[in-house]
Amino acid sequence: MQASLRNAQGRFIEGRAQALAGVDFENLRDAAAEIRDRVLRNLDLYLEHFERTATNAGAQVHWAETSSDVNRIVLDIARRHGVRRVIKSKSMVSEECALNDALEAAGIAVVETDLGEYILQLAHEPPSHIVAPVVHKSKDEISDLFARIHRTPRKTAIPELCREAREIMRPHFVSADMGISGANFLIAETGSTLIVTNEGNGRLTTTLPRIHVAISGIEKVVATLEDAATLVRLLPRSATGQSITNYVTINTGVRRDGELDGPEHFHIILVDAGRAKLLGSELQSMLRCIRCGACMNHCPVYQNVGGHAYGWVYPGPMGSVLTPAFVGLENAGDLPNASTFCGECAVVCPVKIPLPDLMRKLREQQVERGLRAKRERVALKMWLALAQRPRLYALTTALAARMLSRLAGKKMLLHWLPFASGWTKGRDMPAPAGRTFRELYREKTRKGVKSDVRD
Amino acid sequence: MRVGLLVTCLVDLFRPSIGFSALALLERTGAEVFIPSRQTCCGQPAYNSGDRRTARELALKTLNEFEHFDYVVIPSGSCAGMVSRHYPELFNDDSDTQHRIAALGARTFELTDFLSNVLPVTIPQVGRQGRLTYHDSCAGLRELGVKQQPRSLLANANIELIEMAGAEVCCGFGGTFSVKFGDIATRMADNKCEQITATGANCVALGDLGCMLHIEGRLRRRGDITTQVLHIAEVLTGSRRASAGSDASDKTPARRYICFFAPRLAGAAQSWNLSRYTSKPGPARNCGTAACKRHYATPRDVL
Repeated sequence: MQASLRNAQGRFIEGRAQALAGVDFENLRDAAAEIRDRVLRNLDLYLEHFERTATNAGAQVHWAETSSDVNRIVLDIARRHGVRRVIKSKSMVSEECALNDALEAAGIAVVETDLGEYILQLAHEPPSHIVAPVVHKSKDEISDLFARIHRTPRKTAIPELCREAREIMRPHFVSADMGISGANFLIAETGSTLIVTNEGNGRLTTTLPRIHVAISGIEKVVATLEDAATLVRLLPRSATGQSITNYVTINTGVRRDGELDGPEHFHIILVDAGRAKLLGSELQSMLRCIRCGACMNHCPVYQNVGGHAYGWVYPGPMGSVLTPAFVGLENAGDLPNASTFCGECAVVCPVKIPLPDLMRKLREQQVERGLRAKRERVALKMWLALAQRPRLYALTTALAARMLSRLAGKKMLLHWLPFASGWTKGRDMPAPAGRTFRELYREKTRKGVKSDVRD
Repeated sequence: MRVGLLVTCLVDLFRPSIGFSALALLERTGAEVFIPSRQTCCGQPAYNSGDRRTARELALKTLNEFEHFDYVVIPSGSCAGMVSRHYPELFNDDSDTQHRIAALGARTFELTDFLSNVLPVTIPQVGRQGRLTYHDSCAGLRELGVKQQPRSLLANANIELIEMAGAEVCCGFGGTFSVKFGDIATRMADNKCEQITATGANCVALGDLGCMLHIEGRLRRRGDITTQVLHIAEVLTGSRRASAGSDASDKTPARRYICFFAPRLAGAAQSWNLSRYTSKPGPARNCGTAACKRHYATPRDVL
């Protein structure tokens, strides 16, 4: 897994760097952050505006407060139209709702048409990355999987594997009653949904079946097409290092008289599921997120553990903020602490989300709500008590320096430390030199090496 | 010109030589250097652990000790970042203190930044044998823009630098992260160690003691007892300290027993403790039930 990740991340990082070399990234991301902030400041107004324009264009807008509401609405639509077969293009919101399971439980066949998501559907695995969902799998694993499930001779070349998937998928595109997509942006000006894809499956999913259902978080709305265009300049560049994706699909309303394609029914489901409560909170800037995945591509922790370790739909630094925000801090394990605060995520974020600061806010909430381990709380309290009493502090550190130095011996290495086995399991601890700086300095100044000491 | 040197708690406890090197370098600038003796810790561990109140109290303590200097210099990017970038945010509700502390922050510099941009200094040619590579510590690099400063000082001292691949990638220290998520931190340190080794350098220099302890700790555990891990101030002053781990045959019997039993006892205690939590199988993934969400939103497996 780590080899696959390293390989893919290397390409993502290099690709992004090259793609951004030609644009004024800092100014562009200032503009992008402002575009997102402007909407978030008056989200209710923009959403109502979007509902009006979308309805005028012939779409039907639904509001889902929770993820189970999404499933209920989709199943309602499916039942009303007698839907038996569903195709899906990539949607992370539908992962939040476990929509596929709900559809299957209702006896509706569902096929993921994004190649990565399709592979994961065959393997019964959740995505490990929001842009490249199958990044944790090697080509060999996919070859084995296809041969086993498709019952075809094992293929090894990537184009052959793609062709095989395409051949299997084509009939599904043609026969599906309903296409489900996400939305990268909702455009209030025109009532449109916008998606960026590379495989063309998104365009087929949204135009071939007679019913199109687009599922989107409420925060995805932008004011105008022009704003969306600005964000689209940043999204593929930040995500995959492309200046633009192969397909940028804007869906507005249903098929009109005289048009040859497009769905007869277009439903847009606007999902809250924890988003609205971030408005006005100290985590509001997280709602700017345009789901490019740059933060995880550049995260050294993500690179070493992979997306599944983050336990829920969203991995990486953005997941460490979104998961506690959406499922509750008490249910999110220690995600806010799963970061070294190296800060690279904030440096690369195209909408300037201060991810380490947000994780720190969550850590503060953990402390306020008593969610931190008792041992840690006691240790911190003791540290504060010491650090505020310089004399006691000097004495304690002097003792500690001596003890640790003795324990380490001439090798000056500690192989084991009390209360820090998490460290010494994988690393030695270079030992203190035996005397603290404070002691040595006082000695030197007393001897008159330097006489101008003062507090 | 009065300069206050904030030695930092880790330097005080672990590597006093860094403090003396920093002092020597600062004195070369011609400034009067003061080391307030009541200084302890800047409060960053508390701040990054979410304990705002503690962080505030320590910030006030630092403010009182260092406010009257023209400049404050810190031989650590993360502590300097704490003072100059994060202290003001702690006093959002107290504009007077915020004003004072922001003014302190504006006069606070990381050591190499100060020696390059505020009071430039010529570094004596200390000369060193072997090849040297440099690790960019995260906070200094990304919060304070410390990148060229140490390099130009090294060039100034005529010390050749071999850049490693991924010099800007985090070594995995991250304060409490290195203990809480020890396995992940170790893997991150491994990546760093491999890059260091690949340069063929016999010394890695850096500007933050946390990363230093982490990288050196992992190098030694991997069996590399020769690569030196030095603070940039130590390199620039040519101070040498005995390389940790260089002498392997010094264990007294008592120490040998402690070194043998302590980790095993601790390991046994821990596995006994944890086995109660780890052996429970969870519900099928993403089945959508509340139990499933709880289980998978609590990532016991790795994180």
